[in-house]
Amino acid sequence: MLGKTAGGLFWMFRYLERSENMGRLIETGFRIALTHPGGDEWQSVLQTAAAAQAYSETYDEVEQAQVIDFLLRDTDNPSSVLSCIANARQNARLVRTALTREVWEAVNDSYMVLKARLARQIRERDLPEVLGLVRQQAALVRGALHGSMLRNDGFDFARLGTFLERADNTARILDVKYYVLLPSVTQVGTSLDNVQWETILRAVSGKRAYSWLNQGKATPVGIADFLIFDQRMPRSLKFAVGKIRSNLRQLESEYGETHACHETAERMDRHLQTGRIEAVFDEGLHEFLSGFLFDIGNLGRQIEADYRFHG
Amino acid sequence: MNDNKRFFDELRGTGDSSRAPYANYTEWFDGEDIRDLNRKSSEAENFFRRTGITFNVYGQAEADERLIPFDIVPRIISASEWTRLTRGIEQRVRAINAFLYDVYHRQEILRAGRVPVDLIARNEAFLPQMIGVEPPGGIYTHITGIDLVRTGENDFFVLEDNARTPSGVSYMLENRETMLQMFPELFTKVKVRPVSDYPTNLARSLGACMPVNASGEEAVAVLTPGIHNSAYFEHAFLADNMGVELVEGSDLRVQDGKICMRTTRGYRPLDVIYRRVDDDFLDPLNFNPDSLLGVPGIFDIYRAGGITIANAPGTGIADDKAIYSYMPDIVEFYTGEKAILQNVPTWRCSEPDALSYVLDNLEELVVKEVHGSGGYGMLVGPAASKKDLALFRKKLEAKPGNYIAQPTLALSTVPILTKAGLAPRHVDLRPFALFSPRGVEITPGGLTRVALKKGSLVVNSSQGGGTKDTWVLEGD
Repeated sequence: MLGKTAGGLFWMFRYLERSENMGRLIETGFRIALTHPGGDEWQSVLQTAAAAQAYSETYDEVEQAQVIDFLLRDTDNPSSVLSCIANARQNARLVRTALTREVWEAVNDSYMVLKARLARQIRERDLPEVLGLVRQQAALVRGALHGSMLRNDGFDFARLGTFLERADNTARILDVKYYVLLPSVTQVGTSLDNVQWETILRAVSGKRAYSWLNQGKATPVGIADFLIFDQRMPRSLKFAVGKIRSNLRQLESEYGETHACHETAERMDRHLQTGRIEAVFDEGLHEFLSGFLFDIGNLGRQIEADYRFHG
Repeated sequence: MNDNKRFFDELRGTGDSSRAPYANYTEWFDGEDIRDLNRKSSEAENFFRRTGITFNVYGQAEADERLIPFDIVPRIISASEWTRLTRGIEQRVRAINAFLYDVYHRQEILRAGRVPVDLIARNEAFLPQMIGVEPPGGIYTHITGIDLVRTGENDFFVLEDNARTPSGVSYMLENRETMLQMFPELFTKVKVRPVSDYPTNLARSLGACMPVNASGEEAVAVLTPGIHNSAYFEHAFLADNMGVELVEGSDLRVQDGKICMRTTRGYRPLDVIYRRVDDDFLDPLNFNPDSLLGVPGIFDIYRAGGITIANAPGTGIADDKAIYSYMPDIVEFYTGEKAILQNVPTWRCSEPDALSYVLDNLEELVVKEVHGSGGYGMLVGPAASKKDLALFRKKLEAKPGNYIAQPTLALSTVPILTKAGLAPRHVDLRPFALFSPRGVEITPGGLTRVALKKGSLVVNSSQGGGTKDTWVLEGD
């Protein structure tokens, strides 16, 4: 497979994952703002989306309608849902020969559907429907990938893009919110204020799952443990890194070559396999997450170099 | 004048009942509801959008991806008509390749005085670097897309010999797929020869032209200028359907006397490149130094037998519009036979007598730029405004050598579906011929382009033309 093609698949799925995550962040912000008016949830959403800087260059005030528009459909914002899906499709065109017709049509459809739906500013009352559409489109592409693509190197690169983006996203959400968890960490076992943990869990579509696993009892340690170490949770760091490791292992055995990225992934995986949430809090949650984000960024660059995405 | 009298209609001929090739189709059509068919027609458009069969229009930044309109009424050719056409196409393809070999080697045809020396020597499409080069398998034009027009029951003319990088074959294939999806029952009623083998045949044909210094892997790739090229969809489509890599110049480099592509496992050698990049941009070291699309040094590797380039560099000299008028001579010179397909009478404006005739009869003629392509910079006299005519008169007087002129042909019509039912529109036909040491293979079908505007004779997609599925019947 061409290095360029591998890179195209990797980025196509990173962007798809990002569009979905962005939609979920907007959904969370909207929900919290509705149920707890007067908070500064939108500022924190912008921070999580790594878009606070770009936003402040265009707007003076953090205002709900503007933030939503900026994150949803502003093409000057490279992380907006619309930018992400356009980038995903552009990459898909680039790697058209490595995609099945089903996958190509799914991503092309998504682009056309969302581009049409996001052509004008979205009214508040239409927002839930539009965000549902964003999630649904991402699921369609993912479904086409699983149902029709050969399980070869191309599939591995697509999945690496997905899980690298997902790990990065979950770690970022936790990092922006760690101050919510920290102050009460001394009182292990006490329940957190609803709104604080709700934000975090909703942003990773984990609210119901967490409640179900913990009989509705939310603790800072419990939530952090869920998002970092729970193997059952498909957006936890451990789950994402486990997937990255296994896709890299498949590439290793298909190509018969071991690279620097393999070593990094194995180390990160081992770290999460043996880690304990108590130790993370002792070390400092922010320090742990900063380290993780650094490693994930580094791993992405290693994969790009090891598999010759660029000349 | 009545359109139906003046133009040959392929459905009706000169009478009122359907011509034989259309009999079964007409019978089916008469049982259909026009509104249903129109609904189907918009379904087809959705199908194309989803599949991403688009082309980019140069000079249009917004809406950079456009659909070529598709008409659901097929253009139908009988088996015997097709046999005659293929004989003519094969003769032409062989003559073109013999001509190319000759002009880049002994130049017998120039010595014999059948083609003027100046026409070759001063032609921008002539590539001196190709002199003495032996193309692998002796093949210059692996793919040729000869544009034909019809004016009567037995009258077919060659409009252009596209011997460089003819495009449109993906439409031939996708139009058929669309028809199969929309009207499966039609194909049980009418026996149509399949076109779907084209990618396999192309791969096999290219695989039969290994360079002297081959890798042993028969590694083929399609070289595209990139995602912004107007025919990018087609490049991806062909690579995908042949099961080969789609590469850009930036994926390639010279290594150990071979052209190699950058894969996830390092550089791997290629044997054949089906390039959709023009000669000029192929190699910044040997041709246009500003090109970013090509591969530095690829031409040296080609000359040394490390890679096959399809079509070979320098084939443009064979489809040049100034050379075109000599094609009947060229065919006769190399095959010893009269050309089976007729040429359109052509005035070379470089010749003073011809120029004065052209200037006197401008409103009757079609004027084309010698080096232009795709309907850009062309004048259709009968349809042109006074202003356009005056403008072209100036152009012709300033640079007569840049132009040729031809009579306005009475292009045949084939019906298209409109809201009100069937209506005749003018068409042309581009069949695709593959040439390898195994012989000439012509896919039964081709790209039928149709001028959608009533009365228009310009079928180019850049000028509002559409396409049709082209059926070659098993029988008559």
